[in-house]
Amino acid sequence: MVEWTEFERATIQDIFSKMNYDVVGPQALARCIIVYPWTQRYFGNFGNLYNAAAIMGNPMVAAHGKVVLHGLDRAVKNMDNIKATYAELSVLHSEKLHVDPDNFRLLADCLTVVVAGQLGSSFTPEVQAAFQKFIAVVISALGRQYH
Amino acid sequence: MSLTAKDKAFVKAFWGKISSKADAIGQESLARMLVVYPQTKIYFPDWTDYSLGSPQVKKHGKTVMTAITDAVGKMDDLIGGMSALSDIHATKFRIDPVNFKILSHNILVTLAVNFPADFTAEVHVAVDKFLAALSAALADKYR
Repeated sequence: MVEWTEFERATIQDIFSKMNYDVVGPQALARCIIVYPWTQRYFGNFGNLYNAAAIMGNPMVAAHGKVVLHGLDRAVKNMDNIKATYAELSVLHSEKLHVDPDNFRLLADCLTVVVAGQLGSSFTPEVQAAFQKFIAVVISALGRQYH
Repeated sequence: MSLTAKDKAFVKAFWGKISSKADAIGQESLARMLVVYPQTKIYFPDWTDYSLGSPQVKKHGKTVMTAITDAVGKMDDLIGGMSALSDIHATKFRIDPVNFKILSHNILVTLAVNFPADFTAEVHVAVDKFLAALSAALADKYR
């Protein structure tokens, strides 16, 4: 089981309670598709992904970005049982969506950059460490059921 | 994943905007790396203070960032331009190249924190590619 300090728990609850999901979700996914263009392989039916402007303005990217970010809510609410919480989603990403689990890390890095931009100097190194630890646990849980 | 002319233009333009704060960016990037990836402290066993305010972190952050800024001017031949630095990283410092990626990530986070409007997705991909090419050039002499 993952051990969380009081600081880490408080930091994660704080970040997500203040997060503007409608901004952060779309921006994180759009940035992932722009910075790591091979991730477009999963979004063949999203229409125009030809350049950065198209991706940033694409409504399907925006909608899916919100879905993905809200998916993190489960972990925020179940920090002591993230592995079990994501078992079903892990199976889905492996068996149905066929997502390379390394891509979770790519999206996570883009999410970190977007959150950093939103929070500015309050995204201190210590806050960054707590956030990245949380995301790493989610990534591990999402990759757990691959075989 | 080589640097296109467009990538180089984005990197040069962005570096022009951030150059006055380069030292502070180096300092903050290093401080973030040491906190978020504590295993990286093993490369600085003599330091007494690994925090953002540490004079050791400040000095070394400046050293690293000065070299990176220098590399912006050498994007047409990074392997040649970084040859001497690659030699000492390979033979003297022996830093595992996985750590170049770790520091690069923390540079990106620092840029996002300090230049949220300028660090757009297009700048992000160009800088990420530049840092990756730079890391490869730095590791070139390793074996």
